[in-house]
Amino acid sequence: MSATGAAHPSVKERAELALNDEFLRKAVKFTTERLRNGKKNASADHGNWDEWRERGRQIRLHTIAHLDYYLNLFVENARANGVHVHFADTGEEAVRISLDIAERKSAKSVVKSKSMVSEELHLNHALETIGVEAIETDLGEYIIQLAGEMPSHIVIPAIHKNRYQIADLLSEVAGERLEADTTVLAGFVRKKLREKFLEADIGMTGCNFAIAETGSMVLFENEGNARMVTTVPKTQITLMGMERIIPSFEDLEVMATLLPRSATGQKLTMYMSGISGPRRSDDADGPDEMHIIIVDNGRSLQLGDPEFQELLNCIRCGACLNACPVYRHIGGHAYGSTYSGPIGAVLTPALNKNIAEWDDIANASSLCGACYEACPVKIPLHEMLIYLRRRKVESGHGNKLEAAGMKGFAVLMANASRLRAILALGKIGQKLVVRKGEIRTKIGPLKGWNSYRVTPSLPRASFRDRWATLDQEIRHGLQELNPEMQRRLENAVKQRQQGGGAGHGGH
Amino acid sequence: MKVSLFITCLGDAIYPRVGEAMVRVLAKYGIALDFPRIQTCCGQPAFNSGYWKEARASALTLLDAFEDSDFVISPSGSCTGMIHHYPKLFEDDPVQRERALKLQAKSYEFAQFLVNVLGVTDVGATFPRKVTYHPSCHGTRLLGVKDEPMALMRHVKGLEFIPLPFAEDCCGFGGTFAVKMADISGAMVTEKADHVKETEAEVLVGLDMACLMNIAGNLRYRNEPVRVMHLAELLAEGANLA
Repeated sequence: MSATGAAHPSVKERAELALNDEFLRKAVKFTTERLRNGKKNASADHGNWDEWRERGRQIRLHTIAHLDYYLNLFVENARANGVHVHFADTGEEAVRISLDIAERKSAKSVVKSKSMVSEELHLNHALETIGVEAIETDLGEYIIQLAGEMPSHIVIPAIHKNRYQIADLLSEVAGERLEADTTVLAGFVRKKLREKFLEADIGMTGCNFAIAETGSMVLFENEGNARMVTTVPKTQITLMGMERIIPSFEDLEVMATLLPRSATGQKLTMYMSGISGPRRSDDADGPDEMHIIIVDNGRSLQLGDPEFQELLNCIRCGACLNACPVYRHIGGHAYGSTYSGPIGAVLTPALNKNIAEWDDIANASSLCGACYEACPVKIPLHEMLIYLRRRKVESGHGNKLEAAGMKGFAVLMANASRLRAILALGKIGQKLVVRKGEIRTKIGPLKGWNSYRVTPSLPRASFRDRWATLDQEIRHGLQELNPEMQRRLENAVKQRQQGGGAGHGGH
Repeated sequence: MKVSLFITCLGDAIYPRVGEAMVRVLAKYGIALDFPRIQTCCGQPAFNSGYWKEARASALTLLDAFEDSDFVISPSGSCTGMIHHYPKLFEDDPVQRERALKLQAKSYEFAQFLVNVLGVTDVGATFPRKVTYHPSCHGTRLLGVKDEPMALMRHVKGLEFIPLPFAEDCCGFGGTFAVKMADISGAMVTEKADHVKETEAEVLVGLDMACLMNIAGNLRYRNEPVRVMHLAELLAEGANLA
């Protein structure tokens, strides 16, 4: 779908494009920094952030562990509220259900508020093929729709564009030159979209949370466009991933605390709408007909998988993208799919169960753990990335050269004397490339590393080689162990024995 | 009490001066580190790339080497952090898993051991230089070593500490990541070194030689005269133990 996806099949090639795009890198850095700082301040102001993160995690763990129960409860209640509920096992099925509704309604146009699921389904394209105009009404989504691109961020779809590029796109729609001023540009879009809202036959939304106990769906937004989408058109279609469920409005309190703070650093978004069904006779507005399409599309594959089930806990806040130092440099399109950043690098292969095809995005991470630290529900993405790599190797899709190298690694490292022998060889071999104690050559395996760095040479003696002399010297003048320290060491051992496991560090 | 040194492969092969500094700092308090020669590498390069069978071959040397140790101290939060993955690595082998849990419980990164176990924050060092500090990701995020190095540096006389902008951002090393995704890694280390330069510090310290090798390599590539050293080296030199 994307302009970058097909022509550049590997993440390396797509990243290369991004790394050479100064506009993109500047725009992504600027906005992710703003969001990341916003989150930092908001979570510090909150005062009890880690406890609430744990609460959020527990709610998500519980709900996903009992997803069948809560989904049924939600569906029963939504149906009792007059909502038509549909289940779609695959993306294609969800598209077909949406198109059927549009055809039955003889719809000519659909206005949409932001929905990552609809991006996942490439629904706009499908609607076009049956002659229905689909208009994105979230400002960022509208911009990338005009540009013919995929979102490059879960929350800020056009994060990779600066206001001059946006002014160019919008000027084309306006038929006149618009000033690259955010107020002017937003004003233009507002006027333009107002017409579209009034014409539309169908309003289409995503879903941030679905409340099982009442059958309601909840939307967080800042622009008011989702309000228009859910009140003006006669028919509403809501697309939701099957994992969007939470048990009750009480749980929403925790999620409403975590989501906006994590996403944008806001205490609450400008609008938070809870919608429990079509318009009732005494309601002033709202759709006459409301549909909810519950989409699986690979999600249920994670259920019962101890390494990946927690993926379903994700609340799509985008905090992991904003914290990720890789995303910071390459933006979202380099990930090659709807979902980008650390969550995308894990979610895309997991949803597609196609480790071989998507393996390389799991490699686009230094495993620094910033994603885990930022995640409001503590999903261990940095560990999942390793599990993906392991599954690829175990299924026989590993790189042949790397596999051979790792076999060599195992042979060497299984035995210290072999390691020592190879180091001795290395000291002789490096004479070919060492100049003044450094290696600067850019040939062979050192090309990538040495294009940005100088490599230190192996010193004359390794630690192992020096040990006997050093040990002798130290023991010669060693003073008595301080009794206070003796006591501390003994205490640490005692505590460890009582605790029965790892009592320090770690998570 | 048997306090053992887990030197790490990088510390053994390329940076023996760091292990030596650790040995000297701890000797100041009457602790003679033990060095089991059968140790090799924690196995992280294989583990992170998905080659767990190969990682286990390497990890077993550590389980053997430190079987009788009471404490296992390393100069790297990342390599000690790898030991925290051992119970998962050996999850299908109850015998090794049990040993892995024991090793995890007694493994410490250098600053963590010095401050949290020994209760030392002032080693009596003087180091009149402008110093900045890169907190390595695995040490801070996986082991939770955050305040310990700060406390140690605060007590070094004459040391002028300059905070590193975007300190918590990864330097781009990531093991095989630096080779597989060389250009992304290059962009990351270049930005990290830019931030080091911005501080105008004379010295960059850290608690992990892999990250420091990466940043130092880039600084050197650009002919930036910043001295890069492990905190153990700074303490040993400052306390005239070197």
